[in-house]
Amino acid sequence: MRFICMKRILVEYRAPFLTCQHHLLSRPRHILPGFKLSLGFTITYLSLLVLFPLSMLVWKATSGGWEHMLATLTQARVIASLKLSFGTAFAAALVNAVFGLLTAWALERYSFPGRRLLDAMVDLPFALPTAVAGIALVTLYAPNGWIGAWLAQHDIKAAYAPLGITIALTFVGFPFVVRTLQPVIADLSMDVEEAAACLGANRWQTLTRVVFPALLPSTLAGMTLAFGRAVGEYGSVVFISGNLPFKTEIAPLLITMRLEEYDYSGAATIGVVMLAASFTILVLSNLLAQWSRKRTGR
Amino acid sequence: MAAIIDIHPPRTVRPRKATAESFFSRWLIISTAVGFMGLMFVLPLVVIFQEAFRKGWEGFIEAFDDRATMHAIWLTLKVAAITVPLNTLFGLAAAWCVSRFQFRGKRFLTSLIELPLWVSPVIAGMVYVLLFGAQGLFGPTLKEHGIKIIFALPGIVLSTIFVTFTFVARILAPQMEAQGQAEEEAAMTLGANGFQMFWRVTLPKIKWGLLYGIILCNARSMGEFGAVSVVSGHIRNKTNTVPLHIEVLYNEYQFVPAFAVASMLALLALVTLILKTLTTTRRGAA
Repeated sequence: MRFICMKRILVEYRAPFLTCQHHLLSRPRHILPGFKLSLGFTITYLSLLVLFPLSMLVWKATSGGWEHMLATLTQARVIASLKLSFGTAFAAALVNAVFGLLTAWALERYSFPGRRLLDAMVDLPFALPTAVAGIALVTLYAPNGWIGAWLAQHDIKAAYAPLGITIALTFVGFPFVVRTLQPVIADLSMDVEEAAACLGANRWQTLTRVVFPALLPSTLAGMTLAFGRAVGEYGSVVFISGNLPFKTEIAPLLITMRLEEYDYSGAATIGVVMLAASFTILVLSNLLAQWSRKRTGR
Repeated sequence: MAAIIDIHPPRTVRPRKATAESFFSRWLIISTAVGFMGLMFVLPLVVIFQEAFRKGWEGFIEAFDDRATMHAIWLTLKVAAITVPLNTLFGLAAAWCVSRFQFRGKRFLTSLIELPLWVSPVIAGMVYVLLFGAQGLFGPTLKEHGIKIIFALPGIVLSTIFVTFTFVARILAPQMEAQGQAEEEAAMTLGANGFQMFWRVTLPKIKWGLLYGIILCNARSMGEFGAVSVVSGHIRNKTNTVPLHIEVLYNEYQFVPAFAVASMLALLALVTLILKTLTTTRRGAA
């Protein structure tokens, strides 16, 4: 009894702070210890292991001057590899947007046998080492593999071709779309859909005009993340891609080739382009998340 | 930022009739999802185990009766044993300061913590080559003192830390934020010191999330390929980790051993997923 009263007092006491003045939430911060210690450790660890090494990359790339950078980036082989990496990653993100949306919808809205198993399986690309995924995919899609043989009958070349790269990148990017969408679908309020139904919309109209616009920002955010993960992917791609210069050589692979030739500034220059892409993706996905909150009112 | 690794406790929303799809479209959507995941996820897993047992149990066991394989496993265990505790410590510190305090630049810091997830693993390896490699910034100094970082254990550990940096923090921070800090405040007001509060209050609150974070970090550090491949130099019996060893075996057309070793990592991944499902239910209940 006393406990309940205490709790009520606590809630009533803190409620105005919670609603009116948001910054007052931080009021009790002096009670909790460890701010300086945890922040200091976080920043030191982050700087030493991530920020300083990454700044090294930029320094190395620019040390040869802009002309040298431009000369590296305009090499036909570099352009071809960047085009391939960004192109296949984009194609994979598109495929993932479609199937990710359907899967997230099925997982959140329907109950069917094996739903929890399917839900757990979504994270497989996170947990499965990329090299293992790589050799499994190439075994499946090689001309003598289970799927590859069937595709070969229809004159489709999957392994050692851009299609194979796209398949591998679809594999690694899939969980990002599903996991971005799931909480948003779960939080969608039913009343809007009910209102649409009451006002005479059929289910298809409700889905396309009410539900989908609310899910669009998160779908795009998930796509952005899937794209970001896929652009830099290495392990699962190198086995299935065939690695032919100008044809199936992805940018991360070209970086490793340049490193093996001790062309450090060349490797760093390609690396900086990919790093810039990573930063853009990070910013873009944050903006999309904001847009999503605005649209769904959360 | 949507939580990608963190899934919400399963909920069964039963839409009312007016807001439900027809039986046919329901069936179509479910079978598309199941079909896509079966093709993309289940089939590769099946192939790994099928290839690993192509020559039966004996072939499978024989694959591990190899000095290079055992060395690779040993090296991978060592790398994980150094990486996981360090990143766990970092994850705890980062989650604590991000979820319990308001300060300027917090969002920027959160973004930076997430950055390694979006950086190509090849770049994660390359930056350390640029720092410590023969032509790197510290290369000459290191050579003078006879310290080897690239093409040796320290380089492998550093690049693995880079790629598995985010996981513990990313799982813990949203959970800790959602759980709130009332219990910790109560502990402090009642006279606990910082260590007692952490050990008796915070740790029990976050244990399932922490466990999953550690498991995922472990799975990723044991399976990292791109970053390690750049810094390791692929020296057999010296700097070959398990994923690199799989590549070597595969390129030598030793398919059964390659898939046998790969199946161990696949098993680790499956265990990770199972533990994730279990801890999610617990985390949801907590």
